Amino acid sequence: MGDLAKEFVTTYNYWVYIILMMIGLYAVMVKNNLVKKIIGMNIVQTAIILFFISIGAKRGATIPIIAHGHNGGEHAVHAADYINPLPHVLMLTAIVVAVATLGVALSLAIKIYQEYGTLEEDDIRTQTREE
Amino acid sequence: MKAFALIIVILCAGLLIYGTSDFPPWSDPESPASTHVSPYYIEHTIEDTSVPNIVTSVLADYRGFDTMFETIVIFTAGIACFFLLRVTKREDHESRLYHHLVTGVTLRIKEGGKLPDESEEFRRVDTEWVPYSLIIKITCRLIVPFIMLFALYVIAHGHHSPGGGFQGGVIIGAAMILFAISNDLRAAILRLSEKMATFFCSAGVFIYAGTGLLCLLLGLNFLDYGALAKILFTDPVTARSHGILAVEIGVGIAVMGVVVSIYYNLSSAGKHDEGL
Repeated sequence: MGDLAKEFVTTYNYWVYIILMMIGLYAVMVKNNLVKKIIGMNIVQTAIILFFISIGAKRGATIPIIAHGHNGGEHAVHAADYINPLPHVLMLTAIVVAVATLGVALSLAIKIYQEYGTLEEDDIRTQTREE
Repeated sequence: MKAFALIIVILCAGLLIYGTSDFPPWSDPESPASTHVSPYYIEHTIEDTSVPNIVTSVLADYRGFDTMFETIVIFTAGIACFFLLRVTKREDHESRLYHHLVTGVTLRIKEGGKLPDESEEFRRVDTEWVPYSLIIKITCRLIVPFIMLFALYVIAHGHHSPGGGFQGGVIIGAAMILFAISNDLRAAILRLSEKMATFFCSAGVFIYAGTGLLCLLLGLNFLDYGALAKILFTDPVTARSHGILAVEIGVGIAVMGVVVSIYYNLSSAGKHDEGL
């Protein structure tokens, strides 16, 4: 039990992202309403973003902006003083792309609503079977 | 079905949590993600690009290709929304509401009815119209220019503080959306037409790719901004800083156009007539 508690204290950031991702996955699988499925998809994206950002953390480091940097490197820069900028860069673009894909998903949902008059998945399925 | 999904989810969670036992502990400076390529970025950003914000220099310089294609992804998403939703054929005779400004009477003009001329006396309102709050309208109108100014600061100061093209572009787009929500969609389209929004989408991507192509024409690799030194009359390191700024401006314009055009299409289901 002590091992498990120690494990949890050192890696609980991963546990949080796993729980979030599973909530999103459950919503995508179970929910009947298409908008709720889209929200589930977005929760999965948020979980991935949280995972990447938590990877970038370093103990005792500060934000990845070189202090007094505009003077042009008069002092040595140590990598241990700044957190890892790479996950931030990747997630910065991923957030905007997530918004854009959310727009596409919602416009597909609008089209489906115009076609079938409902966003409930089982109603759509019975309508397509009748045709 | 629900129980089956719950079992799958719990199994997945169990496997993933079991997998975390091999992961490095949180905020470990020696973790694999922080030991290979990122120390190079941190230690060389000043001498390579003279940009103190490492996120900006990695975004636009070291990983410029990645960001260019991310910009193309959001451009494609905006165009996809347009093609999915936009209704070009106007069904003209749905019933419309007009507000007579002199008497304060709201008129409903039914299908086939004669529409009033565009005049100062009548103002069109949405069919699902609710009397709105003047306070909200005026407050938003006052705030919008300052939000846009802040967005320009975020774009232009991305070299030295958190910020850059993506964030600034989203803030400008949000300001436009705030204006559209607090007034109505037609007022926003009057300020920034659909044509201009779509033009901004493609212009931003064009600025990004064009900067890369300019570097190619000046004799170095695609998106190697050091080549811009020849036309900017500076040393290559400063030229890289300026190249990053050009690219960030392109990203900002593209993101703003995409956000606004997606909002126009989504909120009115492609009619650009009555929306939120």
